[in-house]
Formats: sequence, structure tokens, C-alpha cells
Amino acid sequence: MSARETILAGIMANQPLSQDLPIIDVSAVIQYDSNLSQFKTVLESIGGKAIDISGWFELQNMVQDDLAAGKRVVNAIAEIASIDPALASLEATELATVQRAYLKGGIAVAENGSIWLDETAMVNRLLPFIAEHLVIVIEAKNIVATMHHAYQQVSSFDTGFGMFLAGPSKTADIEQSLVIGAHGARSLLVCIIP
Amino acid sequence: MSSQANFTHAEAAEQFIADEPRTDWHDDTLWFVREKRDKAANSLPEWEQLRQWASDIKYHGLSNMHQLLVDFEKNAIANGIQVHWAVDGKEHNEIIYKIIQDNQVQRIVKSKSMLTEECHLNEFLTEKGVEIVDTDLGERIVQFRKEAPSHIVLPAIHLKKQDVSETFHKHLGTEKGNNDPQYLTEAARGHLRDKFIASELAITGVNFAIAETGGFVVCTNEGNADMGAHAAKIHIACMGFEKIIPKAEHLGVFLRLLARSATGQPITTYSSHFSKPRAGQQMHIVIVDNGRSRQLGRESFRNSLKCIRCAACFNTCPVYRRSGGHSYHTAVAGPIGSILNPNLDMQANKDLPFASTLCGSCSNVCPVKINIHEQLYLWRQEITKEGMAAKGKTFAMWGMSEVLAHPAIYRMAGKMGRWVVKHLPFLTNNGMNPWFKQREMPEAPKESFRDWYLNNKQK
Repeated sequence: MSARETILAGIMANQPLSQDLPIIDVSAVIQYDSNLSQFKTVLESIGGKAIDISGWFELQNMVQDDLAAGKRVVNAIAEIASIDPALASLEATELATVQRAYLKGGIAVAENGSIWLDETAMVNRLLPFIAEHLVIVIEAKNIVATMHHAYQQVSSFDTGFGMFLAGPSKTADIEQSLVIGAHGARSLLVCIIP
Repeated sequence: MSSQANFTHAEAAEQFIADEPRTDWHDDTLWFVREKRDKAANSLPEWEQLRQWASDIKYHGLSNMHQLLVDFEKNAIANGIQVHWAVDGKEHNEIIYKIIQDNQVQRIVKSKSMLTEECHLNEFLTEKGVEIVDTDLGERIVQFRKEAPSHIVLPAIHLKKQDVSETFHKHLGTEKGNNDPQYLTEAARGHLRDKFIASELAITGVNFAIAETGGFVVCTNEGNADMGAHAAKIHIACMGFEKIIPKAEHLGVFLRLLARSATGQPITTYSSHFSKPRAGQQMHIVIVDNGRSRQLGRESFRNSLKCIRCAACFNTCPVYRRSGGHSYHTAVAGPIGSILNPNLDMQANKDLPFASTLCGSCSNVCPVKINIHEQLYLWRQEITKEGMAAKGKTFAMWGMSEVLAHPAIYRMAGKMGRWVVKHLPFLTNNGMNPWFKQREMPEAPKESFRDWYLNNKQK
């Protein structure tokens, strides 16, 4: 027998009688007075920063300022500038020097400060991890209360890869001292469009 | 696969607690993590309901495992993922070695995977002349020191920053005596970035595999799993089959519980959902049994397979906190390890179910409601039945049951005990008596409760 057949036969012989799945009653979970203010509070507590912006032009200005300061920025937001067609296929060596990346997030979650990014939003899967700093824009209307609500809207496997991102990269592996900027982004700025 | 340690938990714990300030520090540090977990759990009024949902989803999964695995495999293959099956750790290691050889790659990075620790993948590949770089900061630290992780979420929790500083000075050339965690983390970031960028093959674990989509989710705070997986042209994800959940919507329940239970965070920084390889990339999944199907058949112990590896039971355990992870001589330490490891190798791990006070705190914090302390108690019975319990313990238990079964002998033994403790204390206050170790013997009362009762009843 192949390993597959051996394992599946062992499982078939040993698994207990089927028990039904529970019904997840989303109306029974926490609600917030304001998903927006809860999102901001949690995001700050996990090392991120939130600002309200009034429109895309503010992001365009930020990108211009970065460029004027001689920074290498990568834009993945079609609303503020055209996206470099080469971005999707750039390799790690070519992305290693990106100082700031601009991305557009989807659903955001009030209870944990996370933002859904799928492969379309990232353009290149490595970009949100390898960039030194991240700026992500979200729309206030896309903030939901909990992960249950998020999964009602996110079909998590539409594209080949997607993630919930919550704050900058961090570690506490040395004596439980929190250090921001482990392997991924050193900072996360979330710009919220009303 | 499980290697026989040449020490028991009790012997290793005795060494660990010889350094009292360090033991206190270890105890306090983990208790601090436990308190953060409490705060996070208390922030959600539905916490207990969430635990019940998670437990029920996992039980549904265990009871439909065959079908869910078949579905998962079919959907993963349709997504372009190559699926491999391994009966045990040896097969798991050989599958990975074959992929390495077939693609002729040398530069390999690995993020945290307790399964690869369980299968001793690093040792296996080192013997074959293949070098793996562990990329989780804590795992890199212990890898430099040629140690095993002492905790499944906080691999270097047994070390102080001075230890890390010395290790990095030796291996990364950091400034001698600079113990600043920020500085040390920065040094590791630079070192590991080079490894990621040059990597050809990345190995990751799996937190959840979703039957209906054929995809899987990996959770980290550092971003190391993703840096490896998206930079390398080959990604191998390794999972025990019990990581399967039926649907993507169930992730809502588990991702709400996992990080809150583990570290008190509302969610990990990165919850990455992999479902298809990127253009030009190979993606492999290795599904491992290694004793899990046997555990599935043990009615008393099958619920241990619900575990999502949050380590809440470690952080709350009074024995773990005061004996350290290495005392458990297995990849998964702590209370959950003590009910999983006897299934892998009962003889080698017969001491572990005894490394507990049976206080039940582990069961109370478990996000999937595994009855851990009850299973510890049941394993003790299995081990004793197999004749594997420590001889002294078996003899003492036999003696105690004889005494307790005969009231007259019990009364006489009580009288003798009180007399000995009072008049000949050196007979109990010595190294021959295991209860005297690290404890003071109590003062002997003048009379037994029974004598007191009879006397006072007459008055």
C-alpha cells in the first residue's frame, strides 16, 4: 500500500462517528459602537498608525515627497499612479531595496486592526513583506466588526495568495521585549478614506 | 519517531531549579504571557462560546477526517499544489530530501514548524550534508546554540538577553556585551535578509489547512514564513493531518482564538492564506501521520488531536513554568506534549504524564477545550498498566492502597507516622524521601482527626 492508502485506511478505521458542525451565530458576537474608532485604537496598540485622509491626492503628495527625498518607493495603487508592469515579476534581489510600498487594502477588521490584502492588491506577493515601510489605504466603509464578518465578505482563495496584515512586523523572542521590525515592515501607516 | 532521552523530566527539572533566581524569572515571564492571554480573552464576551465552536469544529473534523483529507487533496491538486503523504517522520524527511535533490538546491530557509522538530528534519538533512537556516528569531538563536526550542511559540524563552548577546557575538559578530534586544534583533534581521534573498527553497509549517479550498494558512509575527515562501522558487509546507478544517469561514473562529490564547495579541501580524503557487513556483504539501491515526483510535486521547499549538497550556502550567521546556525532552513540551508524546513512544515518554499537579489550569485555558489534565491522569493509568511506571511509585501506590483498604492498619500507620515525624525527623527529612526535596516536612499534629472527633464527641 502507498503511504496515502495506509494513512487513509488507518483514519477510516479509527475515526469516531460523525458529529455535525456547530452553527456559528454571528449575531452572538461582540459589536462596537464604532468600528472605525475600534479599528484605530487596536491598530495603534499593535504598533501601527492610522490617519484620516480626504482623498487620493493626499497619497499622491506623499509619494511625491518620498521621491523628492530620494527614496525608492513602489506604488501598487492604480488610483494614485499607474503601476509599473514589471512589478509583478520582480525577484527578491530587485525588491530588497524598496523603502516604502503603497498598497490598497480590502476589508479591515475592528476587533484586531487587521487588513485583508489579496494578490491583486499586492501585485507582487513579496512586496508587503520585503518593503522597509508600508502605507496602506482603506475605505472606512470596509471596516467590519470581527473576523466572522470579514470571512463573509472575503472569499479568501479568489487569488492564489491573500493575507490579513495586522501592524508592522514584530518579535518578542529576546526576553519577551517587544521589538518592531523583525523581518517584515518596520512601520505601517494606514490611511483611511471616509 | 522519538528518541530516547537519557534523563527523566524530574531529573532535568531538578537541574533547572538549582538556579533559583533564573527559575523565578522563567516562572514570572511565562505568567506575564498568561496574564496577557487573560486580558485578551476577557475582552470578548463570547470567549467561552468561541472555545466551544472551535472544539466542535475540530471534533467534526476528526470524525470526518477521511473525507476532508480526500477533498483537501483534490482541491489542492486542482490549485497546482503537489501533495505528498508520509506515514512517519522518516518518510517525511525523505520526501523533503528528494525534492531538494531533484531540484539541486542548496540554500534552504525554514520557518517555525513543530512537525519538522517532531520528525527531526534538521538532524536528518545535516547528516546528508544539507544546511537549513531556521528563520524565526528564537529558532535561529537556539539553532546557533545547537539547542532545541524550549517552547512551541517562544522557542528561546529559556534564555536571557545576555545569553543571546553572547551567541550573536560569536556567530554574527555583534558587539560584545551589547544586550539591547533592539540591537540584537536588528543584527538578526540583516543576517536573515541575506538568507531570504538568496534562498532557493523555503520550508514552512501549516496552522490550518482548508478542505473546501485546498489552501492553507500560516501565522507569524515576524514575517519570516512569507519572506521565505515568496522569495524562493520552491515552497514546501509540512502538516500533521489534524490541521485540516472543513471551511474557510471556520478560520474566523480559529484566528480569533489562536493569538489571543498564545500571546494575548488580537491576531498575529501575518495570517497568510496560500492556495496556489505563484507563476514559475513549485508548491508542495507534505501530509504526515506519524502516530496520529493511532491516537485518533484511542477514545480517551483522540481529543488531543484538536490542538492548535497556541501553548496557552504551557504558560499557565505551574510545572512547566518551573521546570523549563527542555526537561520534557520532546519537540512539543508542556501539558499538551505530555499527552501527545506517550502515543508517539510510550516507553520513551512514560515520565511525562507524571510531570503535572493535575490542577486543571491547562484544560481551563485551552482554546479548543481539550481535557488535558484528565488525559494526563488517564495516561498514568495506561503507563502503570503496561508496567512502565517508576518502580518506587508503583510500590508506594501498592503500599498506600493496602493501607487505605484496611482501617486498622491505616490508624496504626498514622500513629507511627506522627510519632516518627515528631521524634525521629531525620527519617523523613533526608534525600531518600522524594517528598522532602525542595520541601519542608509538616509539623506532626498531636492526634488524628478520628481521635480528636472521638474525644470531643464524648465531652
